[in-house]
Amino acid sequence: MSKFLSLVAVAGLALVMPAAAASAGAEDVPLPNHGVFHLGRGATQEEVAAWDIDVRPDGTGLPEGRGTAAEGEAVFAEACAFCHGDFGEGRDRWPVLAGGQDSLKAERPVKTIGSYWPYLSTVYDYVRRAMPFGDARSLSDDDVYAITAYLLYLNDVVTDETFELSKENFTSVRLPNEENFFMDDRDEEAHNAREGEPCMTDCKKGPVEITARARVLDVTPDGGDDEEGVGAVD
Amino acid sequence: MSRASDRKRPLVSAAPADPSRRQLLTAGLVAGAGAALTGLAVRPAVAAGDPAITEIQDWNRYLGDGVDARPYGTPSPFESKVVRRNVAWLTADPVSSVNFTPLHELDGIITPNGLCFERHHAGIAEVDPAMHRLMISGLVDKPLVFTMADLKRFPRENRVYFLECAANSGMEWRGAQLNGCQFTHGMVHCVVYTGVRLRLLLEEAGVKANGKWLLAEGADSSAMTRSIPMEKALDDCMVAFAMNGEALRPEQGYPLRLVVPGWEGNMWVKWLRRLEVGDMAWHHREETSKYTDLLANGKARRFTWVMDVKSVITSPSPQAPVTHGRGPLVISGLAWSGNGTISRVDVTTDGGRNWKTARLDGPSLPKALHRFYLDIDWDGSELLLQSRAIDADGFVQPTKDELRAARGENSIYHNNGIQTWYVKADGVVENVEVS
Ligand code: HEC
Repeated sequence: MSKFLSLVAVAGLALVMPAAAASAGAEDVPLPNHGVFHLGRGATQEEVAAWDIDVRPDGTGLPEGRGTAAEGEAVFAEACAFCHGDFGEGRDRWPVLAGGQDSLKAERPVKTIGSYWPYLSTVYDYVRRAMPFGDARSLSDDDVYAITAYLLYLNDVVTDETFELSKENFTSVRLPNEENFFMDDRDEEAHNAREGEPCMTDCKKGPVEITARARVLDVTPDGGDDEEGVGAVD
Repeated sequence: MSRASDRKRPLVSAAPADPSRRQLLTAGLVAGAGAALTGLAVRPAVAAGDPAITEIQDWNRYLGDGVDARPYGTPSPFESKVVRRNVAWLTADPVSSVNFTPLHELDGIITPNGLCFERHHAGIAEVDPAMHRLMISGLVDKPLVFTMADLKRFPRENRVYFLECAANSGMEWRGAQLNGCQFTHGMVHCVVYTGVRLRLLLEEAGVKANGKWLLAEGADSSAMTRSIPMEKALDDCMVAFAMNGEALRPEQGYPLRLVVPGWEGNMWVKWLRRLEVGDMAWHHREETSKYTDLLANGKARRFTWVMDVKSVITSPSPQAPVTHGRGPLVISGLAWSGNGTISRVDVTTDGGRNWKTARLDGPSLPKALHRFYLDIDWDGSELLLQSRAIDADGFVQPTKDELRAARGENSIYHNNGIQTWYVKADGVVENVEVS
């Protein structure tokens, strides 16, 4: 092996191996037999399990466990209500988690677990990986089942506080808006279907009128007012 | 509006009477005001001559900093207003929020690292690269773990790509709202990435025949996840460790991020720690609750990955008013498409009645920003500026009304409609919509 290669290899290994290995010749380091470049190493089962917390709509990835809506209410009050409100109504600008049924065609839709989300597995997955905000991965699997059951209760998907959600009955629960999602079909929109070159001259009849101005509702930062605008980034 | 304005007065620094003008001056011109005055000072004859010439300046007399003073250089203090900015009312907390690239102050196609807009869901993770691992698991022959050092031993590539948040221009669905292309269009940036083709990493682990999807996951406390179809993963995705020649910035995912060329920014998972191969999509929060496009009929599109053809005039624009009188005026802007290169940009100065094809200048790279210019002789009258981009696949940037007709006003995402700037005779620019 050339001198250059051995230098690179040693520098690379220094990060993962203590001094002893770094002083060994690069030619002494055994090459793994996987792949094309033989780079990286096999992941252990424990390592895969430690990070593999994702859950899919078919229930793949759900851990063992269970919890009732009533139990969830207690955990929610403790760990979630500060931001999301006791009933998931959302304090200040924190996300709303419940309600909004039949609002999707309204001028201001309220998109919640009950009104919008297609799959319950998303609730379990997301709460387990990312909530409570700023203290992620702190809930037990049973707590997440209980909170998920409580969120179903807040959204009127279940009406009995003794309802228990578990790995076993999880996929039997369906969210009401599941059917209303469909695959991207933007290419078929009228403006994309149009053929030919766009117009270059005399494209509009008569002078162009201004129909809307940002000045009317100037919510630009430092715009002088403390007005708040509408809309969201996510 | 009347286009017959004959108030062709040069822009002298008289106290602005119009309150919106005053706002603009305070907002955008704090530092710029000085520059504007210098520009104008050239016009009136100065009896004794221009002090910039007739007086000896400090920098012409005294010594400056030595080479040891600025080991990591920063812009001139005169450029201190060229910064990312956020819109406080938009989100509950700056830790899960967004700030915007100051497009109106930039030129060319490359965004400087410190000005690339930020969007993160749980703050900036400060990851120790020695403790960072990338795991490939799921439907593979051999689940693997890579260190950063391992990743840097794969063959590398350098690619220039734009990254646009799907919610860019999302606040404008219901009408003109924010005065400045930084706010209306600033959730886009474009840098050169250095990294490794994702295909090489997946081949190293050996994707099984039923491995049709990939779940990418971040190491931050939002543990961001997105499902990516295997076809795209094997096509042009990369894992990148450098941007514009230096290590990724922490806010852009240091030490490792996914690059998903032409597709919505949320998929470019930062602090990338895991890739799981599966046989179906995961339908996680960022592809159900978020990043799905609600239409007027109450139904929602999902997996709207590609960023459509789009453009915006960056100058003049509300934060970059015209500070000179009639005569040569450079109209400058950016165009991009998730489908590939931009083949043409047309610009109108009369609100869309007549169009002229702009000049594309600089590299034209697929799925990268393109810079365009239209050099005009401004007669000092009011302008209604728009740009319309066409990409190599023949997609034409639609008007905002065409988008609203197709989707309603509640989509949040994928607003690639044509932007209008109203340039008044005094050079002040406003965000408007036109008939
Ligand atoms: C400190 C405030 C805070 C606390 C406490 C908190 N959350 Fe959240 N929650 C947030 C924020 C902020 C988001 C949005 C994060 C983002 O932007 O990605 C969020 C998002 C969510 C969402 C997704 C909402 C949507 O519409 O997409 C769910 C579900 C949720 N939280 C559940 C919980 C649960 C359950 C708890 C308690 C275990 C909890 N949260 C505690 C702040 C909080």
